[in-house]
Amino acid sequence: MAEKSRTQLEMPPVARAPGRFDAYGGRYVPETLMAALQELEAAYAEAQRDPAFSSELAYLLHRYAGRPTPLYYASRLTESLGGAKIYLKREDLLHTGAHKINNCLGQGLLARRMGKRRIIAETGAGQHGVATATVCALFGMECIVYMGQEDMRRQELNVYRMRLLGAEVRSVSAGSATLKDAINEAMRDWVVNVRTTHYLLGSVLGAHPYPTMVRDFQRVIGIEARQQILEAEGRLPNAVLACVGGGSNAIGAFYEFIPDKNVRLIGVEAGGRGPGLGEHAARFQGGSPGVLQGTYSYVLQDDAGQISNTHSVSAGLDYASIGPEHAALHDSGRAEYVSASDEAALQATVRLARTEGILPALESAHAVAEAIRIAPAMDRNDILLINVSGRGDKDMGILARELNLQGA
Amino acid sequence: MAIHFHNHPGLVVYLTIGDPDLATSKRIALAAIDAGADVLELGVPFSDPLADGPVIQRASERAVQNGTRLEDVLALASALRKERPSVGLVIFSYLNPILQLGLERFAAAAENVGVDAVLATDLIAEESEEYRAVLRKHRLQPIFLAAPTSSDHRLARIAEVSEGFIYAISRVGITGTQQQVASDARELVTRLRRYTKLPIALGFGISNAAHVAVVAEYADAAVVGSAIVALIEQSSVEEAPAEVGKFIAALRTPVARETAVP
Repeated sequence: MAEKSRTQLEMPPVARAPGRFDAYGGRYVPETLMAALQELEAAYAEAQRDPAFSSELAYLLHRYAGRPTPLYYASRLTESLGGAKIYLKREDLLHTGAHKINNCLGQGLLARRMGKRRIIAETGAGQHGVATATVCALFGMECIVYMGQEDMRRQELNVYRMRLLGAEVRSVSAGSATLKDAINEAMRDWVVNVRTTHYLLGSVLGAHPYPTMVRDFQRVIGIEARQQILEAEGRLPNAVLACVGGGSNAIGAFYEFIPDKNVRLIGVEAGGRGPGLGEHAARFQGGSPGVLQGTYSYVLQDDAGQISNTHSVSAGLDYASIGPEHAALHDSGRAEYVSASDEAALQATVRLARTEGILPALESAHAVAEAIRIAPAMDRNDILLINVSGRGDKDMGILARELNLQGA
Repeated sequence: MAIHFHNHPGLVVYLTIGDPDLATSKRIALAAIDAGADVLELGVPFSDPLADGPVIQRASERAVQNGTRLEDVLALASALRKERPSVGLVIFSYLNPILQLGLERFAAAAENVGVDAVLATDLIAEESEEYRAVLRKHRLQPIFLAAPTSSDHRLARIAEVSEGFIYAISRVGITGTQQQVASDARELVTRLRRYTKLPIALGFGISNAAHVAVVAEYADAAVVGSAIVALIEQSSVEEAPAEVGKFIAALRTPVARETAVP
């Protein structure tokens, strides 16, 4: 007992607060939302203790979403680079085409437990919106998805998919008309309809308990991948790579490897068009700590604390803040964060498509780009594990334009 | 200084500072005080005002576009304090602009210019320990929001950490006008009274004399925000101060009982 209380006293007071990752995270919301956040926190804690919840979630992840996803050795990509062996965790093969379904099934089940039949969500690339619309169709719930006008334009196919699935897609034209603005609008909806509505947040962002809960629902990626690489190679990889927008696929891929100190964890942010403020979404290169949309983390902002516009060719990475647990992993040095430019991501997309016949989402292509950059200088016995968080079918419009592909 | 409501009901007026510009904000603020506002909430514009409805969102966007900073709002507070010594002055902000200026630097400056209190929209009681310590050091009163969805346990906590007055939110939702004062409001104020002797100001959706008359029955003050911000949006720069003054003066006009009942 004495031992334990001494350890606790050594921690800074802030680290003991719920939902804190060192100094980051917390709950910065209007008071109106506190009741809903506490209700959600309690419902989630109760669900975690209920074997029926985890068995139903496991059943759906397996039979409905298609887990476990394969870990695939990309031999032609590896050979073309002449360095480290590259393995791909194929989250792109999941139902709806990205890792987002892992979290949506979990939160959908929670919403049902709480008796909330109206679901709202934000979406950037549309993958979270599609996964939410899918789960709402599956559970017979009302679904409203907020999406920036700019994102609706560049991810039009996903807008069609959501509407086909029965969701109402509401266009958001405020600010830069991208993910950040969609989250503002979803939060306003939640404040108004908090008694009947569950906000199905799609990333490890927002106020506690979201960053923790969404991470838990995405942990399955790393749990599978760690076991799979041990089976395939008999050892752990030198590095795990994942793209980072809000950071849900990255934290899901990283989490089981955190205790494995020899495994580098590399998060790849959107380098966009260049290093100027407004030209990219690399929070660890141009950002500083601040509060945005419920959480304390790194934020791209000006010196007056106004949130900056961001740019990325991939809508899913185009966001001014980053999950608070990534901020803590960054400061502690346990994970490294780099960026890949729009151009590097496009080139990586083409390279993976032509060497392996796999079309990654533009988001995931950022992680592929970093692997392509570092693999050649590594030993042939080294291993890189890339989380391919989603597939690129949704990006065909952008790819056709950017790569000058000829149509009919 | 401490906030006082000399009238019943007290009138708290919210303004988005820098909309349409700083000079006009000052003229509007003076007109509001002279027309009977007991307390001014000087709204710091923020790029992502997620607790606000369309009216204050647009005002905030215009003010951010104008380059209005927290320092500008403090400078305006300084001018108002010199010209109208007895008005209550509250800095009303999202947390991030305060954090970027630096909590200590902000509080020292606010104390120095004669600000009475601070309300951070997205700061709840549980996250406020350090913030309150810094405000206390600089003799600034922390004001917190109480919502119809807040449990009794939370209301007790909010009452414990608040000074000056408590801002009770009349209904679940974002800022903006409404037809009548929600029935949630009376119940919330009743529940709050069990935990506090502080004045309770009721806000969100209060836009006319009938609303103010209803609020006067059970709360100590009414907060009027979006209705005034909308009026500023619709008025020319020259006429906005006089329009706002007229509007505020009319808020305390006695109204027939029938129209006052929601």
